[in-house]
Amino acid sequence: MSEQDTDTAMTTQQFNIDTVDHAASTPEIDQPWAELGLKANEYARIREILGRRPTAAELAMYSVMWSEHCSYKSSKVHLRQFGEKVTDEMKKDLMVGIGENAGVTDLGDGWAVTFKIESHNHPSYVEPYQGAATGIGGIVRDIISMGARPVAVMDPLRFGDIDHPDTKRVLPGVVSGIGGYGNSLGLPNIGGEVVFDEVYQQNPLVNALAVGVLRHEDLRTANASGVGNKVVLFGARTGGDGIGGASVLASESFDDTKPSKRPAVQVGDPFAEKVLIECCLELFGKNLVEGIQDLGAAGISCATSELASNGEGGMHIELTNVLLRDPTLTPGEILMSESQERMMAVVTPENAEAFEAVMATWGVEYSWLGEVTGDGRLVIEWDGETIVDVDPRTVAHEGPVYERPYHRPSWQDTLQAARFAESAAAAELPGDAESLGQALVDLMTSPNMADVSWITDQYDRFVGGNTALSQPDDAGVIRVDEETGLGVALATDCNSRYAYLDPYAGAQLALAEAYRNVATSGAVPVAVSDCLNFGSPEDPEIMWQFAEAVRGLADACMELGIPVTGGNVSLYNQTAGRAIHPTPVVGVLGTFDDVSRRTPSGFQRWADGQAIYLLGTTREELDGSEFARLRGHLGGRPPKVNLTAEKTLGEILINASRDGMIDAAHDLSEGGLAAAISEMALRFGVGARIALDELCERDGLTPAAALFSESQARALVALPRSEELRFTDMTTARGFPALRLGVVDAESGGLEVTGPFDGESFGIGLDDLKQAWSQVIPSRFDAVQNATEAVRTEQ
Amino acid sequence: MPTIVVEVMPKPEILDPQGKAIANALPHLGFTGFSGVRQGKRFELTVEGEVTEAVLDDAKRAAAEMLSNPVIEDVVAVRVEED
Repeated sequence: MSEQDTDTAMTTQQFNIDTVDHAASTPEIDQPWAELGLKANEYARIREILGRRPTAAELAMYSVMWSEHCSYKSSKVHLRQFGEKVTDEMKKDLMVGIGENAGVTDLGDGWAVTFKIESHNHPSYVEPYQGAATGIGGIVRDIISMGARPVAVMDPLRFGDIDHPDTKRVLPGVVSGIGGYGNSLGLPNIGGEVVFDEVYQQNPLVNALAVGVLRHEDLRTANASGVGNKVVLFGARTGGDGIGGASVLASESFDDTKPSKRPAVQVGDPFAEKVLIECCLELFGKNLVEGIQDLGAAGISCATSELASNGEGGMHIELTNVLLRDPTLTPGEILMSESQERMMAVVTPENAEAFEAVMATWGVEYSWLGEVTGDGRLVIEWDGETIVDVDPRTVAHEGPVYERPYHRPSWQDTLQAARFAESAAAAELPGDAESLGQALVDLMTSPNMADVSWITDQYDRFVGGNTALSQPDDAGVIRVDEETGLGVALATDCNSRYAYLDPYAGAQLALAEAYRNVATSGAVPVAVSDCLNFGSPEDPEIMWQFAEAVRGLADACMELGIPVTGGNVSLYNQTAGRAIHPTPVVGVLGTFDDVSRRTPSGFQRWADGQAIYLLGTTREELDGSEFARLRGHLGGRPPKVNLTAEKTLGEILINASRDGMIDAAHDLSEGGLAAAISEMALRFGVGARIALDELCERDGLTPAAALFSESQARALVALPRSEELRFTDMTTARGFPALRLGVVDAESGGLEVTGPFDGESFGIGLDDLKQAWSQVIPSRFDAVQNATEAVRTEQ
Repeated sequence: MPTIVVEVMPKPEILDPQGKAIANALPHLGFTGFSGVRQGKRFELTVEGEVTEAVLDDAKRAAAEMLSNPVIEDVVAVRVEED
């Protein structure tokens, strides 16, 4: 990346260039639109827009920009609800909403926060390490594009059955990739999810969330304004990465010696990205760029057409100015390449010299590609010959929009009628002390409830020194301002079994859980980002799941009063005709005036004798639960959504944190009360004694339902006895159920549960439970990981 | 004892961050004559006894399936070296 390299820039290759003039005079030429993924009607539309056939380069641009991934053509009509179902109150703190690289929310004191979640599912299946690594790289560049400094990442992950060979192949690579890239960038990974379910076999979901902070004045957006301003591409060179489909364009080349097979995967370089982050932040600090856009999917096609169409005019580019890693690339391939660690910016001519000085400081390669024009056209030349001449809006924003047909699946009613309560397994519910105790141990040692530290310990959670909470706490918490303690909390959640049983309610439950997690940590939820992972939109039953989930999520956001600020849709997650469960992963961002008042999730050793309260109402809701899953059952309806109760519960938890009433809090979700109390005890190895009698009586429950039901809007808190009165006064005033369930017991080293069952009580030693709980994941992956590591170190 | 040498390189069109880092470091240390670096890896498989066609085929299979990642790497050589 020295200046020398810049001087030895590529020499122009001689291609049989398909110019605009050539295209106009040869309308009959056969073009590989189908191989590039376009439909006949879409190709016809392109010809109609242009009034001629597209050139090879234009075809490349339209095909990638009109892909499902870039154009949201199947999802757009539904996603509109996120923009429509909002109130002025919800928009109050919103500085940038949906449509930009990431939404931006005001944090107060002149600070703002931006966050977004994206999928990198397919690349991570093909090449787990690089796929997951570049997933982090891509989402981090989205954050930089807003003018923000990235401060943390999170990864919601979903894999197939834990013992399936495919999971053994994919998981270690994905985890090392996330760690390898994120750790090298110096970004703490503060949470996420790990879910095992056979529906994700051959279709793992690797979602990545990044959060960044900025001062209000540093806010940047992706638009090219100001006629005469210069367009620059900087960062890594452009190579043949990730343009598998473009190889059909090779016919435009005379050269037979080029690599025959273009890979669909990209290799990332985290150290180049780190330099790019610092370089961009200096550009923002010195106010040297007018507009900026990262290069991700669809590379230069996306960056030029989006920058141009978001601005006021057009753009004129000379494509031979692009610095190449592989000089055999054709214009179409250069436009489609997904090489990592690149950015495009718009700079005024006066600032060009200062811009170059910043590039020199950081040793970043750059090349001036062209300038902003006023004619409303995106014109791209190759060695002076025009190969693209389009209205950028038709590429970036006015792509096809499909109202895909959808209908409720024929099997949905049967599925919902198959209640757990009426299943064979329900006839043998654990009812005495021994079987209830065993059921709790079985629950905690199931792959989905087990300790995930084998995974998260491969990520740096504390780098940067601003991590206030991270896995396994309910939310990840990051301090933004060291002086005041101002900070943010983040949680991502989705129970796809719920969404499978009822996509509308399932999406709302995902939001409710993420909201609850953020509030449990003590933060005020303010914004939502979603990553909607579904099967094929061309299947009307899958499309119904998607439509229902979006409708549910938009309705729930409206009710909770927090807006969706951005996100991502990943469709076609299916293999051999079998789709994944609908998986609308929801990330919620909360704010803290001072992160030092955060509420941790575990019982503290010094908190012996503190009172444990259960907040909320428990119903017999075992459909879709982890408890039912362990008994081979999936059917019925998910737990009832009660957003009013979620809001009240949130207020209680936030106020309790603000007033310093509680010392620990944990939300109830998968695995219900049994899982929550176990996790609180396992956190610091501090036990508890609880009694179920009053709960069973008040809510009319069997002991098994009391322990394992997954009713929503519930949380456990631990508080000093001196605070009990103040706390219960608060819950009573809000009319929210609070029940004293037991006490923290730091001496016993175990959990003791008494209740209305035969044998009256059971106890579980924490040491034994911890041993079993923490070995579930390592026992499967230690050997695999060691072998992979050994090969990697040999390099 | 004969040794089978397997050489693996990152695919030419794939970014090679290590090679790039070395290429950038060379001029700083006074090595100015090189315009690019690609870094691969070399395996030495020791064979007890004679290298038959079957053994060599095994080595080729191991090279393709285990020693390289076919998504991002190419096996560029599998050859026998007598000591």
